[in-house]
Amino acid sequence: MPEAATAVTAEPATWDFRLPSLGADMDVGVLLEWSVEPGDTVERGSIVALVSTEKADIDVEIWREGEVVELLVDLDTEIEVGTPILRLVPSGDAPTPEPDTGSEPGQATEPGPKPVPAEAPTTGPPPAPAVPRPTPTRLPGPPGGDRLPASPLARARAAERDIELSSIVGTGPDGAVLLRDVEAARPAPSPSRRAKGARERPEEAMRRAIASRMAKANAEIPHYFLDQDVDLGPALDRLAAHNENLSVSERVLPAVLLLRATARAAVAVPDLNGYWDDDRFEPAGGSDLAVAVSLRRGGLVTPVITGVADRSIDDLMAVLREMVTAARSGTLRSSWMGQAGLTVTNLGDRGVDRVGGVIFPPQVALVGFGRIRQRPWVIDDVVVPRPIVTASLAADHRASDGATGSRFLTALAKDLENPELP
Amino acid sequence: MTTLTTDQARTAVVESIARIAPDVADEIESLDPSVDLWEELELDSMDHVNVMTALTERTGVDIPERRYAELRSIGSLVDHLVGSTG
Repeated sequence: MPEAATAVTAEPATWDFRLPSLGADMDVGVLLEWSVEPGDTVERGSIVALVSTEKADIDVEIWREGEVVELLVDLDTEIEVGTPILRLVPSGDAPTPEPDTGSEPGQATEPGPKPVPAEAPTTGPPPAPAVPRPTPTRLPGPPGGDRLPASPLARARAAERDIELSSIVGTGPDGAVLLRDVEAARPAPSPSRRAKGARERPEEAMRRAIASRMAKANAEIPHYFLDQDVDLGPALDRLAAHNENLSVSERVLPAVLLLRATARAAVAVPDLNGYWDDDRFEPAGGSDLAVAVSLRRGGLVTPVITGVADRSIDDLMAVLREMVTAARSGTLRSSWMGQAGLTVTNLGDRGVDRVGGVIFPPQVALVGFGRIRQRPWVIDDVVVPRPIVTASLAADHRASDGATGSRFLTALAKDLENPELP
Repeated sequence: MTTLTTDQARTAVVESIARIAPDVADEIESLDPSVDLWEELELDSMDHVNVMTALTERTGVDIPERRYAELRSIGSLVDHLVGSTG
């Protein structure tokens, strides 16, 4: 009897679920809790574990259905993104692509040959937890053979830091490991290492994470700033009419219109949506947006909403609300913690008129909104009070020029001035 | 819809806010009923929506969006709830 047949008969094929992305720069987490045990059946989207990071506790969602056969990680262990944490006997067919995202699994999260030949690598895109990747392959040294795809700089830096390339989750084309991924990675902890004190003072840990990221941004990114005042009168009138028929819990906030207009501008002018890496701009494509959510105890998290440009305002409101509520209660879902090529921050609620933002590297732009406020506005030579918002753009001058930023803001303003609802 | 007393309405308001913003729960009880909750507790528009939703679910009283701007203190929220059920 052929060996392969014996193997299949003797033991059902298993599949290892790896710890998905926990958000930008969050490459390790501490396993706090298992939500499943061997013998349990899981579905796509089932929460299997709770993992703590510097920024938030994250409910880890699995993206294949099947039966759990083994838990591969002990509680309180520090685990890196990409580490196998759970073994599953998959049921049904290979997973279907997540309709909401254009993301595909980075190769670095799915290395090695698949145990089942029928399972082509392209059939298993996880939902958002997979690190979204830019589509064009402009990287030198295309992946081939056994070589893990990685940029030359990334390779050199990984060797320098004594980090296995295979342990790094790549965010480049086809999951290629880029320099920024290596910089973000930490040397693998020894398996027995316990993350003592990892739960201590979450505010301080978050402050440190923000501090290092923002200091890097300010040191490396030559920011330029543009802003534009937008009359939200027509948009708010339409929104009020839309909300009139909705129950309290379904009413849509103006913030949703701001988000969607930003996403549409990112589609129209894609040069500001992506990553600066290796001295070149990698477009992210699509319209996933990271949304800055401030936490009352201080600090902020930036969960990602996928495909914002194509969602209805009702859908966006529901997602945004769930996300903000979850963030503030201290637990986010792993499917929200992917990477986006652009961040939006809405500080209008805090009463300020204008945002002059700091870009989250490796992104190349940040869009900010201030307070919507009645201001004098000239229409047909008459000064009238109108609800005005200042939309601002902080952009990386290495990746784009003022003219591009200007086109982006103009597209955004145009959409906001005359939005289609819903 | 059952009639709410002022005390019941006040309890509903305080508990709803405490549920949405547990980290400021201790402060709510001692707040002057006329202060602007959103400024005092740093609640934002998403918190606002959540508080309104919680109140509506709990009391059955509808809170029209056009009145949101006036209903920013414990006192005004209590008055609205009592007035709508009385």
